[in-house]
This record gives sequence, C-alpha cells and structure tokens, in this order.
Amino acid sequence: MSKFTKIAFNKGELNTQLSQLFSDMLENNAVDAVLAPMAQPKKGVMQTLVTSKENLASMDPFAPVMPVNSAKLVSSLTSTPSGKRIAMVLRSCEVRALVELVKLKQANLEDTLLIGMDCHGRYENTDFLKFQTKEGTSEGFLEGALNGKTESDGFDVAGACKICEYPEAPNVDIRLCTIGSGNGTLYLEAVTEKGEEALTKAGTKFADGPGGRADAVKKLAAARAEARDAVFASYREETGDFNALDDKLSACINCYNCRVACPVCYCKECVFVTDTFRHKGEQFINWANSKGTLKMPTDTSFYHLTRITHIAAFCVGCGQCTSACPNDIDVMPIFRTSAEKVQARFEYLAGRSVDEPQPLSVFDSDELMEVTGQVK
Amino acid sequence: MSEFEPKIVSFFCNWCTFTAADLAGTSRLSYPPNIKIIRVMCSGMVDPKYVLKAFLNGADGVLIGGCWPGDCHYINGNLKARRRVALLTELLSQYGIGPDRLWLRWIAASEGTMLKEVADEMTAKLKELGPSPLNKTAAKVA
Repeated sequence: MSKFTKIAFNKGELNTQLSQLFSDMLENNAVDAVLAPMAQPKKGVMQTLVTSKENLASMDPFAPVMPVNSAKLVSSLTSTPSGKRIAMVLRSCEVRALVELVKLKQANLEDTLLIGMDCHGRYENTDFLKFQTKEGTSEGFLEGALNGKTESDGFDVAGACKICEYPEAPNVDIRLCTIGSGNGTLYLEAVTEKGEEALTKAGTKFADGPGGRADAVKKLAAARAEARDAVFASYREETGDFNALDDKLSACINCYNCRVACPVCYCKECVFVTDTFRHKGEQFINWANSKGTLKMPTDTSFYHLTRITHIAAFCVGCGQCTSACPNDIDVMPIFRTSAEKVQARFEYLAGRSVDEPQPLSVFDSDELMEVTGQVK
Repeated sequence: MSEFEPKIVSFFCNWCTFTAADLAGTSRLSYPPNIKIIRVMCSGMVDPKYVLKAFLNGADGVLIGGCWPGDCHYINGNLKARRRVALLTELLSQYGIGPDRLWLRWIAASEGTMLKEVADEMTAKLKELGPSPLNKTAAKVA
C-alpha cells in the first residue's frame, strides 16, 4: 500500500526542496546517481546525470519541457548495466515507453529507482525557450496547470499532452504528486517497497496522503481521454483513404526524425536507410512511367506505414514524433489512432505491465480464428 | 469496356499452399489467373512490408496462404503470420483497405480443390468490390 509524505514549499523553493531530497538520497546511499531534468547553464532544461550531491542545485523536474523521451536515455544507461543504482525522474510517457524497451530487452530495471512525476504536459522545445525568456517558472506553470490553465503567451502544451490519459505515471517506485495536492504542496508517494526503502534511507517520515488525489487524477484523465477521442474521431474522419494520408504526409522529406525521436522505434538499423531502399535510376523512371508522376523523395507513406506496423503495439502517445518534424506535420495521430486499434485487438496496453508479453512476441494456435474464418 | 480483372498478389508457403497450387495444376483444375503467386518458404516470412508494398503499388488484393495450425513446416510460422495479418487489418482498414482485400487462408498440400475455391472466391469478391483505391491503372481505364 502506498505511503505518503508531504513537502510544503514557499515560492521559489520547490526545486531547492527537491534538490535536498535527492541530495539526502545520495548522501545516505539510497542510490548512487540521479538522472533528472536540470536547468542548463545558459538556457533549456535537459535530463542530467549526477553522481555527487553538490551538483544537484539546478534540478528542475517540473519544467514544462521534454527535449527527448528519456526512455531512450535509460536504455543507454542500463542496457549494459553500470552496476550503479540510479534514481530517474521521468514522466508517465517516458516510464511507459521504458516498460516496452525493457520487454524488448533494450533496457533493464534492475538497478533503477523509477520516480514518476505527475505530468501536466510539456511545451514544444522552442516554446519552452520563449517561456524561459519571459521568466516563466516551473512553479508558475504548476500553479496554472492545477487550475486548468497550461497556456502561456501564444502557446500551449503539446497536442499529445492535451490528449494524454495518463497524467499519473504507472510502474514507478516513487511518485512526485502534484495533482490534488493543493498549491505550494508536493506529496511524495512510495509506491513500491524499493521506493519506500529509498525514501526511508533519505530520512523521510511517512504520514497521510493528499485527500481527494485519486478523484482528481481520475477527473483529469477522463477529461484528457475525452479530448483524445475527439482528436481521434476527427483524424479518422479526415483520413479515410490513402490519398488523404498522402496529403497529410505530402511535406515529408524522409528525414526520419520521427523515428529517431520515437522511444519505441526499436530496430538497431532502420530498413529505410539500407540498400533495400537505394533504388537504381532506372527504377525511378519506371515508377514515374507507371504511376504518371513520382513524388520524390519516394517511399514516404511506405515508411510511415511500416513504422506503424513496428510500433503500433508499443506507442505510448508521447508525441515526440510530431515535435521532431521539421515541416510541422502532425504525425502523432497517425500513430496513436492505429496504436489504439492494434492494442485493442490484442488486448494489450503499451506500458501497462512489464510482465505482459508483447503482442507479436507470442502466438497461440487457438486464437484470432476470425482472421481466416476457417475451421478444420 | 472489358470487365475489371483484379490483381491479387499471393504469398504461398512452399510446403502447403504452393504445393496445393501445384496439385491444382496437375489435377487440371483451372483457377483464375488473377492470382499472381510469389513462392515463399513460410507464411511466417511474409513481412508486413511486403503486404504494404503490394497495396501501395496498386494490388487489388493480397492473399497469404499457409499451412493449417499445427502443420507448419517450421512449427509456428503460420501463427506468427496470423498475428501480423490481424495487425495489418487494423492498420489498413483506416485507409480504405478493408479485410476483404487482405486474406490469410490455410490450404494444405493436399487441398488443391480448396486452392481453386479460395482463388475463385477472392477473385469474385474483388470484382464485386472493384479496384483498390490505390490501383491507378484501373482508375485510368474506367
């Protein structure tokens, strides 16, 4: 059962208090290192790996930005284990993507202490820099978000965040709770024994949790799910055929940024950069002949569709694909709508559990009989 | 104008469905030439990309033929194929390629008659449905 502790903070103290918490963890040997979003010397906030408590001062986990989905960073840190225990502060979509990478054997949770923060969304990277220039603070953002207002001057959180039905991170050891906590208050929730042990070592005393949190989380999730359904419905309405899909992707330049940004695009080498797709000049001419016109670069829809077949079962909806597109193509709904169908078909939910086998890694002779419709 | 003749790209497993097609031939059963056979070692090696590529290049239908569950030469390749077809169906349906155009059928080496029946049935179904929305040549003729 979850245990809680309350951290009350005065204006401007949230990050100091969090730095203190992680400093206590390092000092008392609860973990050997901390991976958390930290303010960079000039601008921006990036995930930063720290091994000594002196270097935790610039911690800023609630900064409304997620430059990369950290599941990939955790994969680099853990796929060949360092033997060091690392506390990692992650958002819900990062944890859920990480769960999928663990099942793909591209990450390992053995030495990790996963700390999930309640997520109110992130700004696009360039918007966040504007936010910083205008002296925006994480506390200010949190205060607004808890009152249902995430927008700043002329920009709002990413489209993916507005329709994310998982404000609370699942499968973590500790949660940083802000939803339902009230202004100027943060609750730490020890979700697992591992989390409780780490917090105890850091000198935490447990007490009552925030009353009404469960309801507040449920309410927020429901509102976002409703927004999600509306986005999905309008996407499906707009793109009922391949021509509409082609139109959506017409500005795609095959830069493959979306797959680089995608935390669950798991191939070590993407087939689209191999010789399979290095066609001869004659081939292009033949295509132009048979199709009448040949948009170049070619294989754009093919690439995105292939990506769907690879990741539909694992997509967690983090929206990094859309954020990474240099031509502002909103690709996220392409992946999320297919992911919803595919995951429903296999009664699977990306990020739900480390123990649930991934849909295409298992099979059974007595299943999906409707596919062939044949009975012997 | 001549009747629309659907193009059906067919991936047949070497051990069962391709052998069935061979049997249909040696038994002098005639099946529609709309079925364009690509012989693969196992239905389990039909990468979803092959199916996507076929449709993107204007195939009106794709037929994958494999061994019955339990009979796969490689033990369970056919079961993997079935999961992939289920996935593809979910994805393609959104873009106007419904399950009527992507078929997976179990046809054993001895079932030459069934091969003929499936080929007839699928060809008839696709004639009824008309050309795939991605079939540019058929659109030009019409």
